[in-house]
Amino acid sequence: MQWDIVIGLEIHAQLATQTKIFSGSSTAFGAEPNTQASAVDLAMPGTLPVPNEQAFRYAVMFGLAVNAEIGRRSVFDRKNYFYPDLPKGYQTTQLDHPIVGPGFVDVDLADGRSKRVRIHHAHLEEDAGKSLHEDFDGMTGIDLNRAGTPLIEIVTEPDMNSAEEAVAFAKKLHSLVSSLGICDGDMSQGSLRFDVNISLKPKGSEELGTRTETKNLNSFRFMEQAIAHEVERQMDILEDGGRIVQETRLYNGERDESRSMRSKEEANDYRYFPCPDLLPVVIDEAFIESARDLLPELPDERKGRFKAQYGLNDYDARLLSDDARMAAFFEETASHGKDAKLAANWVLGEFSARLNAEDKTVTQAPITGTQLGQLVARIADNTVSSSGAKKVFEALWNRDGDNADAIIEAQGLKQVSDTGALEQMVDEVLAGMPDQVAQYQQEIDPKKQKKMLGGFMGPLMKASKGQGNPKLFTEILLKKLSD
Amino acid sequence: MHKKSVAELSRELESGKISSVELTREFLDRIRAEDRRYNSFITITEDQAMADAKTADEQRAEGKAGVWTGVPFAHKDIFCTNGVTTTAGSKMLANFVPPYDATVTANFRAAGAVCLGKTNMDEFAMGSSNESSFFGPVNNPWGLSNGDKRVPGGSSGGSAAAIAARLVPAATATDTGGSIRQPAALCGITGLKPTYGRVSRYGMIAFASSLDQGGTMARTAEDNALMLNVMAGFDPKDSTCVERAVPDYTATLNEPLNGLRIGLPKEYFSDQLSPAMEQQIRNAVKEYEKLGASVKEVSLPHAKLAIAAYYVIAPAEASANLSRFDGVRYGYRCENPQDLNDLYTRTRAEGFGSEVKRRILVGTYALSAGYFDAYYLKAQKVRRLIQQDFINAFKEVDVLMSPVTPSPAFVQGEKTSDPVTMYLEDVFTIAVNLAGVPAMSVPAGFVDGLPVGLQIIGNYFEEARLLNAAHQLQQVTDWHQKLPQ
Repeated sequence: MQWDIVIGLEIHAQLATQTKIFSGSSTAFGAEPNTQASAVDLAMPGTLPVPNEQAFRYAVMFGLAVNAEIGRRSVFDRKNYFYPDLPKGYQTTQLDHPIVGPGFVDVDLADGRSKRVRIHHAHLEEDAGKSLHEDFDGMTGIDLNRAGTPLIEIVTEPDMNSAEEAVAFAKKLHSLVSSLGICDGDMSQGSLRFDVNISLKPKGSEELGTRTETKNLNSFRFMEQAIAHEVERQMDILEDGGRIVQETRLYNGERDESRSMRSKEEANDYRYFPCPDLLPVVIDEAFIESARDLLPELPDERKGRFKAQYGLNDYDARLLSDDARMAAFFEETASHGKDAKLAANWVLGEFSARLNAEDKTVTQAPITGTQLGQLVARIADNTVSSSGAKKVFEALWNRDGDNADAIIEAQGLKQVSDTGALEQMVDEVLAGMPDQVAQYQQEIDPKKQKKMLGGFMGPLMKASKGQGNPKLFTEILLKKLSD
Repeated sequence: MHKKSVAELSRELESGKISSVELTREFLDRIRAEDRRYNSFITITEDQAMADAKTADEQRAEGKAGVWTGVPFAHKDIFCTNGVTTTAGSKMLANFVPPYDATVTANFRAAGAVCLGKTNMDEFAMGSSNESSFFGPVNNPWGLSNGDKRVPGGSSGGSAAAIAARLVPAATATDTGGSIRQPAALCGITGLKPTYGRVSRYGMIAFASSLDQGGTMARTAEDNALMLNVMAGFDPKDSTCVERAVPDYTATLNEPLNGLRIGLPKEYFSDQLSPAMEQQIRNAVKEYEKLGASVKEVSLPHAKLAIAAYYVIAPAEASANLSRFDGVRYGYRCENPQDLNDLYTRTRAEGFGSEVKRRILVGTYALSAGYFDAYYLKAQKVRRLIQQDFINAFKEVDVLMSPVTPSPAFVQGEKTSDPVTMYLEDVFTIAVNLAGVPAMSVPAGFVDGLPVGLQIIGNYFEEARLLNAAHQLQQVTDWHQKLPQ
């Protein structure tokens, strides 16, 4: 049987506020356990929450960026359950009156299609603390530094139909919240966490199947694997005539396996009710406009600008515009590099490959856009060959020099483009290879001729110590050999 | 000195007739000697009080004294006091020492008042008789000499009894459904529950957040005004606190009552009220007529629904508010928990008393899937109707007057076996909390030698009008001056 895959996502994004959503404690990551937990975060008796205005501003910015309606009257609810890292015994969240209403995001797919994913809503809530199950010899440690960190939970409609689409959407969302500056986007630290809802239905069927939720995927690779794994699991069950159990599952990326966490029957009755310690927050037009003024250029706008301003093709423009930091790096490179397309090739080619190989982010790169741009300029004006440029790049990356010109000079990588000197070298090399010259001149197949031409280039580059301009060498060779 | 009011003590201190150290010593000695009869204190902070009194005397010597500098008083043990055990009357918090002050506590500290200790209360403010305290019941000073152990009312029973017994001239209190007014009435003192949002709730241990309000208790209306001057005001730590100017509540105490329009809600003069009680209330109202007020009957048509709505909303909020008492971070923890579930269930089973458990269960039930609409949502709708009743009534009259309780102080144990009878103690007080309006209890005579309280209810933020009305009554009557035998 053929199946349609139906995927919806729930994304928790930590907002990059300085302080927590309902207390003045710092939200900085990595402090000693429980050093960033105040009386309010510890839920000491009598303490009360006071909302952080910046969290609302960030949420509104997100709403505007996904073309959503902003909830003018935003209400907090208590979600009740007991857990040691949930100090109050309830999470303060939003149920019926979220701050961000329905919206959408358009996602470019690898095959050139564009996919619209609808946002059901996004709401503000507080993060829980962390339970530390290692290091305490059969006991559990509790770190409440994270408790009260502001989150927006973004809930999509079930609009994605493959792992590829879901990952493309996730990446787009990552680029969006990073560009907005409302989330640091650091998935390894849990700043952005994905829950994936998956169901299958017979191809073409209108009726949705029973779904499962796979929680807390914190890398795009695990997300892709987890979806593939879950689709396969459900397909096996359905094709054996079984039924899917609505449940929450945990995926282990290291082992590529998943297990059930709890079924629908075991799910808590959270007994939501409006939090009486927090009055409804009214978002007025002025607040929305002030948030709109803070919106930076968003990836879609930027892509359009890159195409127009730099003459990039759609694919390159998208790759360079999705991530704000990558985009900034590219623009710095292009501004020094004279040739924007060449700059794009280097940023997406050598530079990106190197980042990937060393598992670094753009901001961790040892070279600047200015340095790369200076190199690109030297390629553009023929000062250095592309093979020489790779050496310069290598030196810059390893910090064996801090600008392209100095490295070209020091390593003698400057291309020789003086035709008189080059002609002399060609004459000398051809004089030493009379048989090959004769062979070439007797050959009538231009293809073979072209291949034989390469045989002269090696010795020529050697004679020029690699500094001869290959394009000029070829021109001179062709002229001499046809004489 | 112990029979004097806050205003009188303040003048004595100012005149130099007595020092705060002497005054504090006198009250502490009285508490030591007398409180075994009443059990009105959970904690006595003797050393801290004497040190604070010394500081107050120094401030006065430097010419930096205010009205409250050096005046002794007490806090209900629901207000967190930095470094001093704060129990909320519960085993759960018997060992809890907060590292912070409630805003109310901090305000009194800043005013230079000398806190003598923390007063007894129903556990987590849940009760109308002070019998649910982990630290034992409080005896009402009235009737005690006859050998009758009567309740002081609750939940602020310790504060009320301590004032009635002249162990302190004033004490803080809280009112969620009548917890200031009912004990004030039963102990023959004066108490005020301000408008919801007038006094910060920060550091006041929560029972039902949308109903809880800190307030005042003292013998006279004037002293209540002096207390409210310290307590009222916006607090950035409490987002339900209202940002609104605070008047000097003593400034209008002597305004004449000519033309004051009094409404008597007919629903509060029903057959639940004994004829003797009703007679006392009507006598007090007559005093107002003599002072130039006019009286008419009004209606609060939804008042009869107040108890039912309250006993859904308050337990629902409490069920969540009390979830934090889980044995993980502070407070009581059961011995040798076997696992997480055992830690939770035994800590809470052993740490909470039966009335608290009953309300947590009721609240949890009311919020459960499938019941939420029928109970919680319906109760919230009733609440809005009750609010509207008051808004409508205050279009016709300036204040409402009624009894505070259906009957005077009852004997301990009389109602503990029947929670619903106990809940009906608050039949005249609860609607006020649901509406959020301010109300007072003012002494209005005696039935069978036991005090009766007149309830005066005002429009939102009209505490000054209530205090003015109460003060004027106390200029022409002496019910508030009577001492228990």
